[in-house]
Amino acid sequence: MADNDTKQCTGFISCLWNALKRPSVHYSLGVLLLAGFVAGILFWGGFNWAMEMTNNEQFCISCHEMRDNVYQEYQDTVHYSNRTGVRATCPDCHVPKEWVHKVVRKIQATNELYHKVMGTIDTREKFEANRLELARHVWKTMKKTDSRECRNCHDYDSMDFTEQGRRAVAQHSKGLEEGKTCIDCHKGIAHSLPDLREVDPSAVVGSK
Amino acid sequence: MNKSIRLALMLLAATGVASTQYSLAGDVVSLRGHAAPDEETKAPPQKPWRKDGEPLPRDYVQQPPLIPHKIKGYKINLKFNKCLTCHSWANYREAGATKISQTHFEDRDKNVLANVSARRYFCTQCHVPQANARPLVENTFKPIEAISGK
Repeated sequence: MADNDTKQCTGFISCLWNALKRPSVHYSLGVLLLAGFVAGILFWGGFNWAMEMTNNEQFCISCHEMRDNVYQEYQDTVHYSNRTGVRATCPDCHVPKEWVHKVVRKIQATNELYHKVMGTIDTREKFEANRLELARHVWKTMKKTDSRECRNCHDYDSMDFTEQGRRAVAQHSKGLEEGKTCIDCHKGIAHSLPDLREVDPSAVVGSK
Repeated sequence: MNKSIRLALMLLAATGVASTQYSLAGDVVSLRGHAAPDEETKAPPQKPWRKDGEPLPRDYVQQPPLIPHKIKGYKINLKFNKCLTCHSWANYREAGATKISQTHFEDRDKNVLANVSARRYFCTQCHVPQANARPLVENTFKPIEAISGK
Protein backbone atom coordinates (compact mmCIF):
# COMPACT_ATOMS: atom_id res chain seq x y z
CA MET A 1 0.00 0.00 0.00
CA ALA A 2 2.77 2.37 1.05
CA ASP A 3 4.70 1.51 -2.08
CA ASN A 4 1.62 2.23 -4.19
CA ASP A 5 1.23 5.66 -2.52
CA THR A 6 4.86 6.52 -3.12
CA LYS A 7 4.50 5.62 -6.74
CA GLN A 8 1.37 7.74 -7.14
CA CYS A 9 3.13 10.73 -5.54
CA THR A 10 3.82 13.26 -8.28
CA GLY A 11 3.62 16.85 -7.05
CA PHE A 12 4.60 18.50 -3.71
CA ILE A 13 1.08 18.57 -2.34
CA SER A 14 0.27 14.95 -3.10
CA CYS A 15 3.63 13.84 -1.61
CA LEU A 16 2.89 15.82 1.57
CA TRP A 17 -0.59 14.37 1.71
CA ASN A 18 0.80 10.85 1.36
CA ALA A 19 3.32 11.47 4.13
CA LEU A 20 0.64 12.87 6.44
CA LYS A 21 -1.71 9.96 5.73
CA ARG A 22 0.78 7.29 6.79
CA PRO A 23 1.32 6.38 10.44
CA SER A 24 4.64 7.51 11.85
CA VAL A 25 7.43 4.95 11.48
CA HIS A 26 10.31 6.65 13.33
CA TYR A 27 8.71 8.58 16.24
CA SER A 28 6.80 7.25 19.21
CA LEU A 29 3.28 8.47 19.91
CA GLY A 30 4.58 10.19 23.07
CA VAL A 31 7.13 12.27 21.16
CA LEU A 32 4.54 13.21 18.56
CA LEU A 33 2.04 14.26 21.21
CA LEU A 34 4.62 16.27 23.10
CA ALA A 35 5.84 17.98 19.93
CA GLY A 36 2.20 18.73 19.07
CA PHE A 37 1.59 20.30 22.49
CA VAL A 38 4.72 22.43 22.33
CA ALA A 39 4.00 23.57 18.77
CA GLY A 40 0.40 24.33 19.79
CA ILE A 41 1.51 26.49 22.70
CA LEU A 42 4.04 28.32 20.50
CA PHE A 43 1.63 28.98 17.65
CA TRP A 44 -1.32 29.94 19.84
CA GLY A 45 0.79 32.05 22.14
CA GLY A 46 2.54 33.65 19.20
CA PHE A 47 -0.74 34.47 17.53
CA ASN A 48 -2.18 36.11 20.62
CA TRP A 49 1.10 37.87 21.37
CA ALA A 50 1.18 39.34 17.86
CA MET A 51 -2.45 40.41 18.19
CA GLU A 52 -1.73 42.09 21.53
CA MET A 53 1.19 43.91 19.91
CA THR A 54 -1.36 45.64 17.69
CA ASN A 55 -3.59 46.31 20.67
CA ASN A 56 -1.89 49.12 22.52
CA GLU A 57 -1.81 52.88 22.33
CA GLN A 58 1.76 53.05 21.00
CA PHE A 59 0.74 50.95 18.01
CA CYS A 60 -2.39 53.04 17.38
CA ILE A 61 -0.53 56.35 17.38
CA SER A 62 2.30 55.05 15.24
CA CYS A 63 0.04 56.28 12.43
CA HIS A 64 0.10 60.06 12.09
CA GLU A 65 -3.62 60.00 11.22
CA MET A 66 -4.37 58.89 14.77
CA ARG A 67 -1.51 60.70 16.53
CA ASP A 68 -2.16 64.17 15.08
CA ASN A 69 -5.95 64.15 15.22
CA VAL A 70 -7.89 62.00 17.64
CA TYR A 71 -4.99 61.36 20.02
CA GLN A 72 -4.42 65.10 20.58
CA GLU A 73 -8.07 65.68 21.43
CA TYR A 74 -8.24 62.65 23.70
CA GLN A 75 -5.43 64.09 25.84
CA ASP A 76 -7.77 66.89 26.95
CA THR A 77 -10.42 64.53 28.21
CA VAL A 78 -11.24 62.74 31.42
CA HIS A 79 -10.40 59.36 29.92
CA TYR A 80 -6.77 60.47 29.62
CA SER A 81 -6.22 62.35 32.85
CA ASN A 82 -8.42 62.54 35.92
CA ARG A 83 -8.62 62.66 39.71
CA THR A 84 -7.98 58.97 40.38
CA GLY A 85 -5.37 58.31 37.69
CA VAL A 86 -7.33 55.56 35.92
CA ARG A 87 -6.77 55.83 32.19
CA ALA A 88 -8.61 54.25 29.28
CA THR A 89 -6.35 53.95 26.24
CA CYS A 90 -7.42 53.50 22.59
CA PRO A 91 -8.05 49.71 22.60
CA ASP A 92 -9.98 49.88 25.89
CA CYS A 93 -12.78 51.65 24.04
CA HIS A 94 -12.21 50.65 20.42
CA VAL A 95 -11.29 46.94 20.62
CA PRO A 96 -13.57 44.40 22.31
CA LYS A 97 -12.15 42.40 25.23
CA GLU A 98 -13.82 39.08 24.33
CA TRP A 99 -11.65 37.00 22.01
CA VAL A 100 -14.13 36.33 19.19
CA HIS A 101 -15.28 39.96 19.00
CA LYS A 102 -11.66 41.07 19.21
CA VAL A 103 -10.61 38.93 16.22
CA VAL A 104 -13.62 40.15 14.21
CA ARG A 105 -12.63 43.76 14.97
CA LYS A 106 -9.02 43.07 14.02
CA ILE A 107 -10.13 41.64 10.68
CA GLN A 108 -12.31 44.70 10.09
CA ALA A 109 -9.28 46.86 10.86
CA THR A 110 -7.55 45.60 7.72
CA ASN A 111 -9.88 48.03 5.92
CA GLU A 112 -8.07 50.80 7.80
CA LEU A 113 -4.78 49.58 6.31
CA TYR A 114 -6.31 49.99 2.85
CA HIS A 115 -7.29 53.58 3.60
CA LYS A 116 -3.85 54.22 5.12
CA VAL A 117 -2.30 53.18 1.79
CA MET A 118 -4.84 55.20 -0.19
CA GLY A 119 -4.24 58.25 2.03
CA THR A 120 -7.96 58.77 2.64
CA ILE A 121 -7.38 60.92 5.75
CA ASP A 122 -3.68 61.73 5.50
CA THR A 123 -4.12 65.48 5.97
CA ARG A 124 -5.95 67.47 8.62
CA GLU A 125 -8.35 68.80 5.98
CA LYS A 126 -9.20 65.33 4.70
CA PHE A 127 -9.66 64.10 8.25
CA GLU A 128 -12.01 66.97 9.11
CA ALA A 129 -13.95 66.40 5.89
CA ASN A 130 -14.48 62.75 6.85
CA ARG A 131 -14.92 63.24 10.58
CA LEU A 132 -18.71 63.01 10.59
CA GLU A 133 -18.65 59.76 8.63
CA LEU A 134 -15.94 58.28 10.86
CA ALA A 135 -17.82 59.31 13.96
CA ARG A 136 -21.04 57.82 12.60
CA HIS A 137 -19.28 54.47 12.10
CA VAL A 138 -18.23 54.39 15.74
CA TRP A 139 -21.66 55.59 16.97
CA LYS A 140 -23.38 52.91 14.89
CA THR A 141 -21.11 50.14 16.15
CA MET A 142 -21.50 51.18 19.78
CA LYS A 143 -25.26 51.40 19.40
CA LYS A 144 -25.28 47.90 17.87
CA THR A 145 -23.17 46.36 20.65
CA ASP A 146 -25.06 48.22 23.40
CA SER A 147 -21.86 50.17 24.16
CA ARG A 148 -20.11 46.95 25.13
CA GLU A 149 -16.67 48.52 25.49
CA CYS A 150 -17.97 51.33 27.72
CA ARG A 151 -19.53 48.76 29.98
CA ASN A 152 -16.22 47.00 30.58
CA CYS A 153 -15.75 49.78 33.14
CA HIS A 154 -19.10 51.61 33.37
CA ASP A 155 -21.71 49.06 34.34
CA TYR A 156 -25.26 50.06 35.31
CA ASP A 157 -25.22 47.30 37.96
CA SER A 158 -22.23 48.78 39.73
CA MET A 159 -23.37 52.40 39.43
CA ASP A 160 -24.37 54.08 42.68
CA PHE A 161 -26.94 56.69 41.64
CA THR A 162 -26.88 58.29 45.11
CA GLU A 163 -23.26 59.31 44.50
CA GLN A 164 -24.19 61.03 41.24
CA GLY A 165 -25.19 64.64 40.62
CA ARG A 166 -28.75 65.79 40.14
CA ARG A 167 -28.62 65.78 36.33
CA ALA A 168 -26.84 62.42 36.16
CA VAL A 169 -29.40 60.67 38.39
CA ALA A 170 -32.31 62.01 36.34
CA GLN A 171 -30.78 61.15 32.99
CA HIS A 172 -29.41 57.73 34.00
CA SER A 173 -32.70 56.64 35.56
CA LYS A 174 -34.55 57.73 32.43
CA GLY A 175 -31.99 56.07 30.18
CA LEU A 176 -32.20 52.81 32.10
CA GLU A 177 -36.01 52.81 31.83
CA GLU A 178 -36.00 53.54 28.13
CA GLY A 179 -33.29 50.96 27.43
CA LYS A 180 -30.86 53.51 26.09
CA THR A 181 -27.20 52.80 25.60
CA CYS A 182 -24.20 54.93 26.66
CA ILE A 183 -23.41 56.34 23.19
CA ASP A 184 -26.97 57.66 22.77
CA CYS A 185 -26.02 60.59 25.03
CA HIS A 186 -22.27 60.40 25.60
CA LYS A 187 -21.01 61.38 22.16
CA GLY A 188 -17.79 63.32 21.75
CA ILE A 189 -16.53 62.56 25.25
CA ALA A 190 -13.07 61.34 24.25
CA HIS A 191 -12.65 63.18 20.93
CA SER A 192 -14.05 66.41 19.51
CA LEU A 193 -17.51 66.19 18.04
CA PRO A 194 -17.78 66.50 14.25
CA ASP A 195 -19.66 69.37 12.63
CA LEU A 196 -23.18 68.82 13.98
CA ARG A 197 -24.94 70.76 11.21
CA GLU A 198 -26.44 67.55 9.80
CA VAL A 199 -26.95 65.80 13.11
CA ASP A 200 -28.37 68.58 15.28
CA PRO A 201 -28.79 71.94 13.51
CA SER A 202 -30.07 73.52 16.73
CA ALA A 203 -26.56 73.27 18.19
CA VAL A 204 -24.66 75.01 15.38
CA VAL A 205 -24.60 78.71 14.66
CA GLY A 206 -25.94 79.73 11.28
CA SER A 207 -27.76 76.47 10.53
CA LYS A 208 -31.49 76.27 9.99
CA MET B 1 6.36 135.46 46.98
CA ASN B 2 9.71 135.16 45.36
CA LYS B 3 10.73 132.62 42.81
CA SER B 4 12.82 130.32 45.03
CA ILE B 5 10.11 129.98 47.71
CA ARG B 6 7.54 129.16 45.04
CA LEU B 7 9.87 126.49 43.62
CA ALA B 8 10.48 125.03 47.07
CA LEU B 9 6.72 124.83 47.73
CA MET B 10 6.12 123.14 44.39
CA LEU B 11 8.86 120.62 45.13
CA LEU B 12 7.37 119.91 48.55
CA ALA B 13 3.91 119.39 47.03
CA ALA B 14 5.32 117.10 44.36
CA THR B 15 7.11 114.98 46.98
CA GLY B 16 3.89 114.82 48.98
CA VAL B 17 1.91 113.59 45.99
CA ALA B 18 4.63 111.14 45.09
CA SER B 19 4.78 109.69 48.61
CA THR B 20 0.97 109.28 48.83
CA GLN B 21 1.07 107.52 45.51
CA TYR B 22 3.88 105.35 46.77
CA SER B 23 1.97 104.35 49.90
CA LEU B 24 -1.19 103.65 47.85
CA ALA B 25 0.83 101.46 45.51
CA GLY B 26 2.20 99.67 48.58
CA ASP B 27 -1.32 98.42 49.48
CA VAL B 28 -1.92 96.82 46.12
CA VAL B 29 -0.70 93.25 45.92
CA SER B 30 -0.53 91.57 42.56
CA LEU B 31 -1.64 87.98 42.15
CA ARG B 32 1.94 86.80 42.45
CA GLY B 33 2.34 88.56 45.85
CA HIS B 34 5.52 90.38 46.76
CA ALA B 35 7.78 87.89 45.03
CA ALA B 36 10.31 89.23 42.58
CA PRO B 37 9.54 88.39 38.94
CA ASP B 38 12.33 85.82 38.76
CA GLU B 39 11.24 84.04 41.96
CA GLU B 40 8.89 81.09 41.85
CA THR B 41 5.62 81.67 43.65
CA LYS B 42 3.24 79.18 45.18
CA ALA B 43 0.09 78.86 43.07
CA PRO B 44 -3.10 79.36 45.09
CA PRO B 45 -5.25 76.21 45.35
CA GLN B 46 -7.83 75.84 42.59
CA LYS B 47 -11.43 76.41 43.56
CA PRO B 48 -13.57 73.37 42.84
CA TRP B 49 -16.50 74.13 40.54
CA ARG B 50 -20.00 73.57 41.78
CA LYS B 51 -20.57 70.10 40.34
CA ASP B 52 -24.30 69.99 39.82
CA GLY B 53 -27.37 71.45 41.50
CA GLU B 54 -30.71 73.18 41.28
CA PRO B 55 -30.88 76.32 39.11
CA LEU B 56 -29.53 79.34 41.02
CA PRO B 57 -31.87 82.30 41.64
CA ARG B 58 -31.11 85.59 39.88
CA ASP B 59 -29.97 88.56 41.96
CA TYR B 60 -31.03 91.45 39.75
CA VAL B 61 -33.21 92.20 36.73
CA GLN B 62 -31.77 90.97 33.44
CA GLN B 63 -28.99 89.02 35.12
CA PRO B 64 -27.88 86.23 32.78
CA PRO B 65 -28.79 83.03 34.70
CA LEU B 66 -25.79 81.33 36.33
CA ILE B 67 -24.70 77.85 35.25
CA PRO B 68 -25.49 75.49 38.15
CA HIS B 69 -23.18 72.70 36.93
CA LYS B 70 -19.62 72.00 35.80
CA ILE B 71 -18.80 72.79 32.18
CA LYS B 72 -15.27 71.40 32.05
CA GLY B 73 -14.44 70.24 28.51
CA TYR B 74 -17.56 71.80 26.99
CA LYS B 75 -16.55 73.37 23.70
CA ILE B 76 -18.16 76.13 21.68
CA ASN B 77 -16.87 76.52 18.14
CA LEU B 78 -18.11 76.88 14.57
CA LYS B 79 -18.89 73.18 14.29
CA PHE B 80 -20.96 72.78 17.43
CA ASN B 81 -21.94 74.33 20.73
CA LYS B 82 -21.88 71.75 23.50
CA CYS B 83 -24.28 73.79 25.67
CA LEU B 84 -26.92 73.84 22.94
CA THR B 85 -26.88 70.04 22.63
CA CYS B 86 -29.03 70.23 25.81
CA HIS B 87 -30.27 73.83 26.07
CA SER B 88 -31.50 74.44 22.50
CA TRP B 89 -35.23 74.54 21.89
CA ALA B 90 -34.97 71.27 19.98
CA ASN B 91 -33.19 69.47 22.81
CA TYR B 92 -34.24 70.93 26.17
CA ARG B 93 -37.22 68.62 26.75
CA GLU B 94 -35.24 65.44 26.15
CA ALA B 95 -32.34 66.72 28.27
CA GLY B 96 -34.48 68.16 31.07
CA ALA B 97 -32.59 71.44 30.71
CA THR B 98 -33.59 75.11 30.75
CA LYS B 99 -34.15 76.35 27.21
CA ILE B 100 -32.30 79.40 25.93
CA SER B 101 -34.23 82.65 26.02
CA GLN B 102 -36.27 83.86 23.07
CA THR B 103 -34.09 86.98 23.04
CA HIS B 104 -31.22 84.78 21.81
CA PHE B 105 -32.85 84.45 18.39
CA GLU B 106 -32.71 88.18 17.65
CA ASP B 107 -29.95 89.93 15.78
CA ARG B 108 -28.93 93.42 16.86
CA ASP B 109 -31.62 94.99 14.64
CA LYS B 110 -34.27 92.94 16.47
CA ASN B 111 -34.87 90.74 13.43
CA VAL B 112 -35.99 87.31 14.65
CA LEU B 113 -33.85 84.51 13.19
CA ALA B 114 -34.60 80.82 12.68
CA ASN B 115 -31.79 79.71 14.97
CA VAL B 116 -29.66 81.13 17.77
CA SER B 117 -28.11 84.46 16.80
CA ALA B 118 -24.35 84.64 16.25
CA ARG B 119 -24.06 87.37 18.89
CA ARG B 120 -25.69 85.03 21.46
CA TYR B 121 -23.80 81.90 20.43
CA PHE B 122 -20.91 82.14 22.89
CA CYS B 123 -22.80 81.26 26.05
CA THR B 124 -19.93 81.76 28.50
CA GLN B 125 -19.58 85.43 27.57
CA CYS B 126 -22.54 86.01 29.90
CA HIS B 127 -23.38 82.72 31.63
CA VAL B 128 -20.78 81.45 34.06
CA PRO B 129 -20.40 78.37 36.28
CA GLN B 130 -19.91 78.90 40.01
CA ALA B 131 -17.28 78.03 42.58
CA ASN B 132 -17.51 78.64 46.30
CA ALA B 133 -15.03 81.53 46.46
CA ARG B 134 -14.93 84.59 48.71
CA PRO B 135 -15.28 87.93 46.87
CA LEU B 136 -11.83 89.37 46.06
CA VAL B 137 -13.00 92.76 47.31
CA GLU B 138 -15.44 93.16 50.20
CA ASN B 139 -18.69 94.76 49.06
CA THR B 140 -22.15 95.49 50.33
CA PHE B 141 -24.12 94.19 47.35
CA LYS B 142 -27.52 92.77 48.22
CA PRO B 143 -29.73 90.86 45.80
CA ILE B 144 -33.04 92.48 44.85
CA GLU B 145 -35.66 90.81 47.00
CA ALA B 146 -38.37 90.85 44.35
CA ILE B 147 -36.10 88.89 42.00
CA SER B 148 -34.10 86.59 44.23
CA GLY B 149 -36.56 86.09 47.07
CA LYS B 150 -33.64 86.66 49.48
